Amino acid sequence: MGLIIEAIVTGILTGGVYALMSSGLTLIFGVMDIINIAQGILVILGAYLSFVLQQHFHIDLFLGLLITMPVMFGFGVLLEFVFIRPLKRDRTMLSLLVMYGLALVIEGVLNLIFSADLVQLQGWYTTASFNVGGFYLSYIYVFGFLLAVVLLAGLYWLVYRTKFGFSLRASMQNRVAAELIGIDVERISAITFGIGIALAAAGGMAFGATNAFDAASSYDLISRVLAIIIFGGMGSLSGALIASVGMLVVEDVTSVVWSPVWASTVFFILLVIILVVRPQGLLGQAEVRKQ
Amino acid sequence: MKILKMVGVLVLLACAIIFPQVFTDPTVTTIAVFTLIFAAVATGWNILGGYSGYISLGHIAYFGIGAYAMALFCLHWNIPGGYEPFLLVPLTALIAAVVSIPLGWIALRVRRHTFIVITIAMFFIIQLLAYNLIWLTNGSTGLGLPIPTDWGGYFFNYPFYYAALILLVIAVLVSWWIRNSKFGLGLLAIRDDEDRALGLGVKTVASKLAAFAIAAFFAGAAGAIYAYFVESIYPATIFDPNFDVAVVLMVFLGGLGTISGPILGALIMEPLQQYLNLQYGENGYNLIILGGIFLLVMLILPRGILPTLGDLWRKYRAMREQDTAVQAEEGMVITALPGRVGRSTAGRDESAPTAIAPNQNEPGEGINV
Repeated sequence: MGLIIEAIVTGILTGGVYALMSSGLTLIFGVMDIINIAQGILVILGAYLSFVLQQHFHIDLFLGLLITMPVMFGFGVLLEFVFIRPLKRDRTMLSLLVMYGLALVIEGVLNLIFSADLVQLQGWYTTASFNVGGFYLSYIYVFGFLLAVVLLAGLYWLVYRTKFGFSLRASMQNRVAAELIGIDVERISAITFGIGIALAAAGGMAFGATNAFDAASSYDLISRVLAIIIFGGMGSLSGALIASVGMLVVEDVTSVVWSPVWASTVFFILLVIILVVRPQGLLGQAEVRKQ
Repeated sequence: MKILKMVGVLVLLACAIIFPQVFTDPTVTTIAVFTLIFAAVATGWNILGGYSGYISLGHIAYFGIGAYAMALFCLHWNIPGGYEPFLLVPLTALIAAVVSIPLGWIALRVRRHTFIVITIAMFFIIQLLAYNLIWLTNGSTGLGLPIPTDWGGYFFNYPFYYAALILLVIAVLVSWWIRNSKFGLGLLAIRDDEDRALGLGVKTVASKLAAFAIAAFFAGAAGAIYAYFVESIYPATIFDPNFDVAVVLMVFLGGLGTISGPILGALIMEPLQQYLNLQYGENGYNLIILGGIFLLVMLILPRGILPTLGDLWRKYRAMREQDTAVQAEEGMVITALPGRVGRSTAGRDESAPTAIAPNQNEPGEGINV
């Protein structure tokens, strides 16, 4: 029983980190109608940036986010401008392929620079742990979770309490109508893309501190993050949050009571069941007729 | 024109048949075998993605199922290396198609982006199962296939080449037949406006599912030949997400929804990929170059080669027709107000594409070569 409780606790804590990555993805999907398949490799890129800052400049991982997140935000805005904006027709599919091509390039570059050896981010909190109710919990899990809570709270405030968020939600609901009432949807899209990528960078730092990674880890990450956003309903922030925590809890509990081998399979089976019952996901909106 | 097309197709087919006799180098024929296999997958995929508009990024899952089915049959039925395993190809393809039906039914309940993402997720689920169902698939240790010991040297690739060529020809015939059938018309209607198609009496659910299963069928058959050709299969090399995107890119590069587009795309993409892997695989530049080419193609030729060429051809034809029309008009109304000619040509400019529309004998976009 103790093991199960421990699994649930770590599931919730790491679920927060996945929520960072998946909320970026679902936000980009909601506003721009594109699937950023490069999110996985961008998470890894963020992790490597933190790695470089820490190895070569001895900057603390969490302080380093003050540098990596703005850098990745800028990178995201640039990517949107160079690769997404020129696509005029058939955006959904073409952007998917373009982002995949980009992911290949980034993966190749990362492999060249860092080789295919697994690395893990280090800090005093990645090795130290403390005792809660009979089991030991590494500090990084708690810090990563707190980071996720802070950033996601910031995101909610941005999306639901500011003028920018108002424009963003308007663009999500109806792009054309948003343009008609004077919202600069292209600007909103660029900023949203940047925010999504910046969140990926933060998630990447927390991921890299709890897991050993290399560039190829991105495939595993993107499959999980995509599963999460389908489960929660594509374009729904709260859905992504619930699904992230749900997925990690299910995985951790399964690996304790059954076997780590089946951990993701059980989640994927749940996903299929959800899709049979509710094709649009937990909190997704049913698709309306395309005009 | 029709006869010209027929002759052209037959000449191409003859070239394909004598190709390995002319270029006997095993390196070349190996690349040719891979190209034909992926051309067959792409042609099958195009029936779903190109005709019905449902872009699946998970059909390599069925390729993998075909590969594993082939390996398992050979293993459990003790089939020796030789021509016998090729007889199993239709069976493995059928298995892939049968597996695809329930999965397709789930995935096809949603549309557009959500469908894409669900097919990706399903691909990863099946990959995971290949890793985890150790009693069946032997996990990451992989499975071996019988090795045809009688075939040696230059001859080794020939049976695979012709098997893949036969598969490709069947796929193209099916694709062509569907394109010209009522079923295909229904698929195109689904692509253009699914709800209206449903309202007009197209059995959308059954049609989509049939297209999904046909695409899975050809992927499964190709996977079986591929597995026999490479001789040992592992979850990581068979369920490779790069294959998935490569197939989609082939279709997009050649021309989505055209019959010959996927083949053209495969002819360009697969040798390029193989060449990059051979040349730059060691130092890792292959991913960067491939990704770069990928980006360029998507940004410069977003509609694919054939549709872009078709557009240019149509524009050229329209321009020529317009020129002759303007000359005729100028000859007739030489005394009219100067502005009149300009206005009438402007009007013609707009109507030009529709004016030549009767010359196109197929629905939808793209030239049907």
